[in-house]
Amino acid sequence: MAEETHIAAGQAAAPAIKLRHINKAFGAVQANRDVCLTVVPGTIHGIIGENGAGKSTLMSILYGFYEADSGEILIGGKPTPIRTSRDAIDAGIGMVHQHFMLVDTMSVVENIMLGAESGAILTSSVAKARAELERLERDYNLDVDPDALAGELPVGQQQRVEILKALYRGADILILDEPTGVLTPQETDQLFRILDSLRKQGVTVVLITHKLREIMAITDHVSVMRGGEMVADRVTAATSKEELAELMVGRKVLLSVDKQAPRVGDTVLSVEDLTYVDRAGVARVDHVSFQVRAGEVVGIAGVSGNGQSELLELLSGIRPMTAGQVDVLGERFSAARPLDPAAMRALQVAHVPEDRLRMGLVRTFEAEESAILGYHRDPAYNRGLFMNGEAIRSDCAKKMADFDVRPQAPALKTANFSGGNQQKIVLARELSRGPRLLLVGQPTRGVDIGAIEFIHKNLIAMRDAGSAVLLVSVELEEIMSISDRILVMFEGRIVGEVPAAQADERLLGLMMANAATEEEALATHPGLPGAIAVEPE
Amino acid sequence: MSTAPVKIPRWVDVGLIPVINIALAFLVSGVILFAIDVHPLEAVEIILYGAFGYDEALGYTLYYTTNFVFTGLAVAVAFHASLFNIGGEGQAYIGGLGVGLGILALDPYLPFIVILPLAILLSAAFGAAWAAIPAYLQAYRGSHIVITTIMFNFIAAALMVYLMVNVLIQPGSMSPESREFAEAGHLPFMHEVFGWFGVKVTPSPLNLSVVWAAICCLLVWVFIWHTRWGYEIRTVGANETAAVYAGIDPKKVIMLAMCVSGALAGFVGINEVMGVHHRLLLNFTAGYGFTGIAVALMGRNHPVGIVLASLLFGMLYQGGAELAFEEPKVTREMVVTIQGLVILFSGALAYMMKGPVERTYVRIVGMTQRPAAQEG
Repeated sequence: MAEETHIAAGQAAAPAIKLRHINKAFGAVQANRDVCLTVVPGTIHGIIGENGAGKSTLMSILYGFYEADSGEILIGGKPTPIRTSRDAIDAGIGMVHQHFMLVDTMSVVENIMLGAESGAILTSSVAKARAELERLERDYNLDVDPDALAGELPVGQQQRVEILKALYRGADILILDEPTGVLTPQETDQLFRILDSLRKQGVTVVLITHKLREIMAITDHVSVMRGGEMVADRVTAATSKEELAELMVGRKVLLSVDKQAPRVGDTVLSVEDLTYVDRAGVARVDHVSFQVRAGEVVGIAGVSGNGQSELLELLSGIRPMTAGQVDVLGERFSAARPLDPAAMRALQVAHVPEDRLRMGLVRTFEAEESAILGYHRDPAYNRGLFMNGEAIRSDCAKKMADFDVRPQAPALKTANFSGGNQQKIVLARELSRGPRLLLVGQPTRGVDIGAIEFIHKNLIAMRDAGSAVLLVSVELEEIMSISDRILVMFEGRIVGEVPAAQADERLLGLMMANAATEEEALATHPGLPGAIAVEPE
Repeated sequence: MSTAPVKIPRWVDVGLIPVINIALAFLVSGVILFAIDVHPLEAVEIILYGAFGYDEALGYTLYYTTNFVFTGLAVAVAFHASLFNIGGEGQAYIGGLGVGLGILALDPYLPFIVILPLAILLSAAFGAAWAAIPAYLQAYRGSHIVITTIMFNFIAAALMVYLMVNVLIQPGSMSPESREFAEAGHLPFMHEVFGWFGVKVTPSPLNLSVVWAAICCLLVWVFIWHTRWGYEIRTVGANETAAVYAGIDPKKVIMLAMCVSGALAGFVGINEVMGVHHRLLLNFTAGYGFTGIAVALMGRNHPVGIVLASLLFGMLYQGGAELAFEEPKVTREMVVTIQGLVILFSGALAYMMKGPVERTYVRIVGMTQRPAAQEG
């Protein structure tokens, strides 16, 4: 550790976790360099750092996925060599991965006892597991239906099952790797309440994240990693977002985006009564109407799952609309004349999808192949019957240079880039053609803070260059800092519009929960820092 | 954030693991041979000599190889779209039917040089058509392609029996075979081709279709990796959601991939019907379509790998026959057992050794020599 730890309380009781001088190299890359960490029992300890800072490697060492090249691990004051996950579990460490490891077709109770069955005959194991599960749910306020199928639970509940799994195995140290990446703001709040009650029960929680807001909201202590080293330890109450951001990136970071007033042009996208009814007969998008003009960013705020994702997929032609009409750059589309992704690209409509791994990229492709996805029929990439390999490669190299993708290796497999760099590949592909309409979903999900700044700047640059931008995000801060106008969606409908200048988290939050109409909120808003009575739905 | 895996170099996956799989198959075969008092090493010697030792043997080996290349490529192309085409056998059968019908209709009137391209087109068209029906059912009706292609093998076999016995049989003949094609419908044997240049080679069934097989390897490589259609096939195969996002219609891609696949399988008809038998007959596909699955798996769906795997199976077919001939204790069934073991280990169990081999590799060199893949 570069400096002496600020954590004084750690000296009183034996620290829950103590890492001493951990080193880990992958070939030439030093993923962890002389890392020390002390975690006080019964606290929530945040570990923050950009993607690639070494947080995941460090936790993988602690959980037995990797063995450190050198260094020592002490659990509860005792030196504990951890070579496999089994060692970690035996030492009372549980891990909740970013991507859940549940069997979708099994019930919650079956998932919980999976791998910890007490014998060959399952009936007694199930009974035992059920009793234990009920105790855990009661003790920690973790409410999950034991008989529900894991695959049918919402994401937030699946995560609870993961936490219960760890607790069932006797974990008193819980590591959560980017737990909020997949959660809605509500689910995030619920998770934080759960973590809080775990802390009260004496469980030690290690929270890996790159979201400063979460660190400030829930942790007691925070350690910052950068470039494989532990660069600082702070007591959360004694630090600030700005300081942590600076420590993470190693320079000052603009948390808000500098932008000028929009120069608004003609209407580029006009949506009228757009409706999408899913197979179950639920109107996911319900008579939505709005316009987006050239040179402005329209943000769509909403709690995840209120139809924003579907709206974006409807407009990009991925989902067929049920009713309504959409005018894009002079072309009229309707249920009878559906939008389709290829036609939209021909109209210079670009789409940065919400989920880059599921939709925006092909993991097994070389980066240069992912970088032409959707534009692979472009004559620039083809020579007669054949694809033009040199053109594709040089085009990708140029995009990588323009968008600072690291490493700049067009032939590297897409899956081998970090999340932020994968997102930059998608953005480079979609932005570099100067689209007239840009549809953007969750542009900074799972992306580190340096890249967030870069992505935001680029979106604003697109707007200033005259593109119409439609931004869907569940990050309110992002919506507020990028958008010129904000539309709020609730249960498939647009429940209000707020100029970005008048928006704040509280107002938008109330509208997102449909607790206030736009007029009510605006009317009551100016004077309020206290009280809008929130009617329960 | 993901963990940082040690990168497994390609040679481990495409070279080392198949070799280990074959070695395991031979090890088990060796045990069996040992148990019946045949010296395993002598058996290997007989197989190798019987497959490569003299020109006639080599001719036979390459003749079998030709069939495996066609069916292996067929399975591979479908596999790139993540479709498991089990129907190579039926598509080859119907492809041969196309060749036979075309030549029977045309050989009195047209010269060889016109018949050859027509026969190639017909074999491709018939094979593709036979694959197109299961493809349509998969793409537009959701019937699983594995089930339908298997069923279509049976339908093809039944159809051929009906046609050979009732329609195409040579009048007055007892065996269900068509009349022999005229000279214009014979694809020259390689020993004839060598003869034109004054080189004397012992006759074998090897014919000019081996050249077509080589050309097909090149064409498939170009098609899959260097055309936009290949790109679309691979996109659908790797990530269908991303394909839809990219404006690629997975239904069309399924049709395209299966038609190309069926056409490739159909070329077995060129080798067998036009190249060897010079008439339409029953059962000329002899399981080549099924072996093609193992060939494609072992060749990792790449033309180079498929050629190597085809050579191996060609060697086993030819050398195995020789072994049964030379060693009285080794029956024909024993040879089939050895072939089956190779298929078992390199086809069905192709990935059994992947984990252990990769873990061993990581343990030995991974941590110290290779730079880690990009972390994060």
